[in-house]
Amino acid sequence: MGNTAITGKSWPDRIFDFIVYFVVLFVVVITIYPFLNVLAISLNDSVDSVRGGITIYPREFTWENYMKIFTFSGLITGFKISAFRTLIGTLLGLISASMLAFTISRPDFAGRKFVSTFLAMTMYISGGIIPIYMLIKDLHMMNSFAVYVLPGLVSAFNIFVIRSFIDGLPYALQESAKLDGANDFTIYWRIILPLMKPALATIALFLAVGQWNAWFDTYLYNGSSPNLTTLQYELMKVLQTTTSGNGGDYRSNIASMANNQVSPESLKMAITIVVTVPILLVYPFIQKYFVKGMTLGAVKS
Amino acid sequence: MKAETATAQIPPDTRMRNKKPASGGRFWRSFKNQKYLWMMSIPFVIWAFVFSYLPLWGWTMAFQKYKPARGFFEQEWVGFEHFKILFTDSQFLLALRNTLAMSGMGLIAGFIFPITFAILLNELRLGFFKRFAQTVSYLPHFVSWVVAAGIVTKMLSSENGLVNDVMLAIGFIDTPIQFMAQGHLFWGIVTLSDVWKETGWNAIIYLAAISGIGPELYEAARVDGASRLRQVWHITLPGIRPTITVLLIMSVGNLLNIGFEKQFLLGNNLVTDYSQVLDLYSLKYGLGMARYSYGTAINIFNSVISVILLFTINGIFKRTTKESLL
Repeated sequence: MGNTAITGKSWPDRIFDFIVYFVVLFVVVITIYPFLNVLAISLNDSVDSVRGGITIYPREFTWENYMKIFTFSGLITGFKISAFRTLIGTLLGLISASMLAFTISRPDFAGRKFVSTFLAMTMYISGGIIPIYMLIKDLHMMNSFAVYVLPGLVSAFNIFVIRSFIDGLPYALQESAKLDGANDFTIYWRIILPLMKPALATIALFLAVGQWNAWFDTYLYNGSSPNLTTLQYELMKVLQTTTSGNGGDYRSNIASMANNQVSPESLKMAITIVVTVPILLVYPFIQKYFVKGMTLGAVKS
Repeated sequence: MKAETATAQIPPDTRMRNKKPASGGRFWRSFKNQKYLWMMSIPFVIWAFVFSYLPLWGWTMAFQKYKPARGFFEQEWVGFEHFKILFTDSQFLLALRNTLAMSGMGLIAGFIFPITFAILLNELRLGFFKRFAQTVSYLPHFVSWVVAAGIVTKMLSSENGLVNDVMLAIGFIDTPIQFMAQGHLFWGIVTLSDVWKETGWNAIIYLAAISGIGPELYEAARVDGASRLRQVWHITLPGIRPTITVLLIMSVGNLLNIGFEKQFLLGNNLVTDYSQVLDLYSLKYGLGMARYSYGTAINIFNSVISVILLFTINGIFKRTTKESLL
């Protein structure tokens, strides 16, 4: 009893604490275990892996699985295309979102209401898969790199996140710049953009993750152009070979790899790691920004 | 009319300071003054028009017997025929059922888990562990559904799959379960995969809302002798109610737009009766079989239901609480 008085903790509170820690620890374990398991299998000798029982460290360490998958040309092309679309898509997306956010944040802009309503509507209306597909076809964007970057260029959600960030900046900054003779573009470029770094970092992360992880546009529009397929699409085809029998052409690829003493399972895990690691390398750097940026955007929009 | 005369009488100086958009004849002057703002927005507005609004024009296909080779005026108009076929097609009704079931389950799970997780994180006293747990929890959000589906399939596999191994080890089952081959398990698998992938990420918003609650409320509760559980129930939960409401309205509006990635990637031929959703159905029958009109009719149905749901739920919340989105 005396102990309780000193620490200020009653028994129900201690039990509560214990349950909280236990549950959170459980969540942490089930979140991270699968990744470690995949990594371990990718680094384990593939014949040995078939025996099973690998947990979070490789039993017979080898780089062989990675050597194998990188001899496979589809993956190299996929990596290049994915990296390129991530770079271009993020850059163009940032430019469009920050410019539009800047213009609709300006209280004196005559088109403000029209532009923001016009953009907000795009969040709720969508033509659906078929009309969009037909449009892309009519614009002759099938089997082109442009289809990765152009259709998603203007994203209302990102614009509103940045806009609420600009609203938090003092408007007097822009007014005094104007008195000094700066035009609106100069204000955007010289004053607003440098102050927006945290918001831009957040949106850059969203855009980059979206671009890197996209696979469906490849499937829909560029599936028949081997020089335009992305990494995620390549992985999708590999994974679907056993789960549903789609992507039959890959079956022979996997089979021929399997002939070289490598089990398909290990190759899949190695490809999974190659697809996952680049995006995981980025996020710790931007993490400090995005939690702030996302909450801000979410609360206001 | 009246408003226009009123503005006209105000001296130009005041009008500028009013920051109201100039109207009518003065439009050109204002346009010239703000030419950079216009130049910075108009190209992207046209962009949004092309890729977001123009596809709506494609909706006309649903009312035609659309033939790609013909021009718009040469198409044969059939009215609501495709919709009639839609509502009598058992495959469509199955897809509708699956969509509603999975989005409903996703909606409920997508609320309970992130809110609970945010509250649990908030109750952690060790700052280091809290940060670690949070960082780990949103790791899966950053991987693609392709990767996530691969991991889920691996974990649920009957050969060396973690779930089966654990259940065998504790004697819960005697033979491994073929999780991915059983239709009736598919909805649950999709929902739990989503929970695994997004709980940590979605908890960020709630955690931020919780941190906005004044510490003096907890202080007072502690003085009154409220247990930790009672503090959660009487302070934390009511404190984040506005956030919960707004997010709930937004998710209900998107109830039918659950996407198809998960279903496409986790599904297989053995479970199509449970994995087929509206978008996949439209893809399969619309694009796959070149029945563009029919596929578009499905897309329209999807959009219309979504908008109705959005307005309905918004109306309900407007009446019952003060929160509203529109």
